[in-house]
Amino acid sequence: MSAQKVQAGATDGWQRGGAQAVRRRIVERLVNVACSIATVVVLFLLFSILWTLVTRGAAGLSLSTFLHSTAAPGSGGGLANAIVGSCEQTLLAALLGTPVGMLTGIYLSEFSHDGKIVSFVRFVSDMMLSVPSILVGLFVYLVVVEPAGHFSGMAGTLALAILFIPIVVRTTEDMLHLVPRAMREAAYALGAPGWRVIVSICLRAARGGIMTGILLALARISGETAPLLFTSLGNLNWSTNLNAPMASLPVTIYQYAGSAYDDWVQMAWTGALLITVAVLATNIFARWWLSRNGTASS
Amino acid sequence: MMEASSTTAGQEAAASGRNAGGNAGDIAFGVLARLAGWSILLVMAGIIIVLVSGGWQAFSTFGPGFITSKAWNPITHHFGAATSIFGTLVTTVVALVFAVPFAFGVAFWLVEMAPPALARVIGMAVQLLAAVPSIIFGMWGFFIVVPFMAHYVEPVATRYLGHVPGIGLLFRGAPYGTGLLTGGLILAIMVTPFICSVMADVFVSIPAVLKESAFGLGATRWEVMRKVVLPWSRQAVMGGIMLGTGRALGETMAVTFVIGNSNRLGWSLFAPGNTIASLIALEFPESSAGSLKLSALLALGAILMVISFITLACSRMFLQRGIKN
Repeated sequence: MSAQKVQAGATDGWQRGGAQAVRRRIVERLVNVACSIATVVVLFLLFSILWTLVTRGAAGLSLSTFLHSTAAPGSGGGLANAIVGSCEQTLLAALLGTPVGMLTGIYLSEFSHDGKIVSFVRFVSDMMLSVPSILVGLFVYLVVVEPAGHFSGMAGTLALAILFIPIVVRTTEDMLHLVPRAMREAAYALGAPGWRVIVSICLRAARGGIMTGILLALARISGETAPLLFTSLGNLNWSTNLNAPMASLPVTIYQYAGSAYDDWVQMAWTGALLITVAVLATNIFARWWLSRNGTASS
Repeated sequence: MMEASSTTAGQEAAASGRNAGGNAGDIAFGVLARLAGWSILLVMAGIIIVLVSGGWQAFSTFGPGFITSKAWNPITHHFGAATSIFGTLVTTVVALVFAVPFAFGVAFWLVEMAPPALARVIGMAVQLLAAVPSIIFGMWGFFIVVPFMAHYVEPVATRYLGHVPGIGLLFRGAPYGTGLLTGGLILAIMVTPFICSVMADVFVSIPAVLKESAFGLGATRWEVMRKVVLPWSRQAVMGGIMLGTGRALGETMAVTFVIGNSNRLGWSLFAPGNTIASLIALEFPESSAGSLKLSALLALGAILMVISFITLACSRMFLQRGIKN
């Protein structure tokens, strides 16, 4: 008892003796330990994934990975067509999606006087943000691939753009809301027309945040597999033709990882390492950039 | 309301001094913005219409029995949705059972216990976990987690939990490694960062006075969390969990690798199964245009759409109510 009192005196004042106080302290300690363990476990999983990718993927990394197209098992080859196909589809999707996404974000933020339909568009855009990506693939298959009669890089691009747009809508709207009202009013007071205020003042002030959003969206769609399975299908040969099936890193990884050939599985790991490094680097860069340039509006 | 009217007043003031060029620019810009906004509605409507009309053949052939039928037989042309709906729900529930406590633990640690500098770095690492492409989770799950489950987790679970009455049923069966439990675990890892970041945001946003007064009364951190922070942020936390649920329901690639793809419905969590998304990914390439099988897959897509739509609507409702508080 006296030892306990000494201990209680040594720590915070609220910790007095008695069974209830002891129980509260034990519970507090247990929760602390449990939360720390949870954090360690989550971090451990992240490192396990990265470690697996590095140890298994680096073995197959060489110059020919970037220079040669995918080849039959046992005959070497690389991932050049998949890398180029991924870049082409992702960048085109971003090019297609950025104007639409930004304009929609502006519509949601600046045209609220349009009434109920604006909040409905916001609701639908939020829904689209979370539509299972495989359903987008099915949609594009039925609307583009089936009528055209063949798979194509264009269809893949379209599917990625549909996933890209709602992310840009969300960031654009959020960032425009951060632009101070006084700034708009000052511009209006100078006689600027509405569209000039939005384009030259609001978008300019919010460009740091919007750029970050676009980069994060780019990272997100570049790792998507499901929407490409039924749209751009994958292509074992070099092709940059948007009207023909096109290879992409995620789809190539999917096809190779499940194959029975060791060198294809190795190639899948190498591709996995490449795509993860690209996606995580983009993420880190975007977040670093946001924290440095901050909300440019303030 | 005040703010909106002040903008309109500002726009009107500007309009009076506006030249013709500005006016034409305003009209053109307005048309562009509205077209973009409404095109979103068009795409969403398109997705729903295409899935439902594509699945109509299956719906009309099998009637309401499509949802309850366990069949999936391409040879006799009998298709049903029960197994894959069951797999989708079971993997999602397993994912939540593991993800919610972990997400809560990490969020609690980040907000209340970690030194700020460390919290920033670790918070970033958790966000990076959310950014890893789903196919990577699938590959890692297939080559690392599946053997681990088959050799260690599942035999041990059968040995110690298999004889417990009631829940023992869940932990019996051959330890393949692939199956509903593994699928659920991979999903748990994927959705934990999402739930965690919503929770951390909400926990930070609680007014400091509320927490400080509880600390002032001598409450421990856990008591403050349980009796002040959680009741205050209940709605928003639910919204975050629903958001994670929506992701788990529709996830395709990660699950496809580890689910084992088998049309089975039973108590064992170790048994291979399938989810709606994994079934579509695996069977779609093998179904010809216009076939009943394709229609059945599209019907499954429509069902998945409805399920995730309901989840997300709930999530939005909870989050909005939580933020209003």
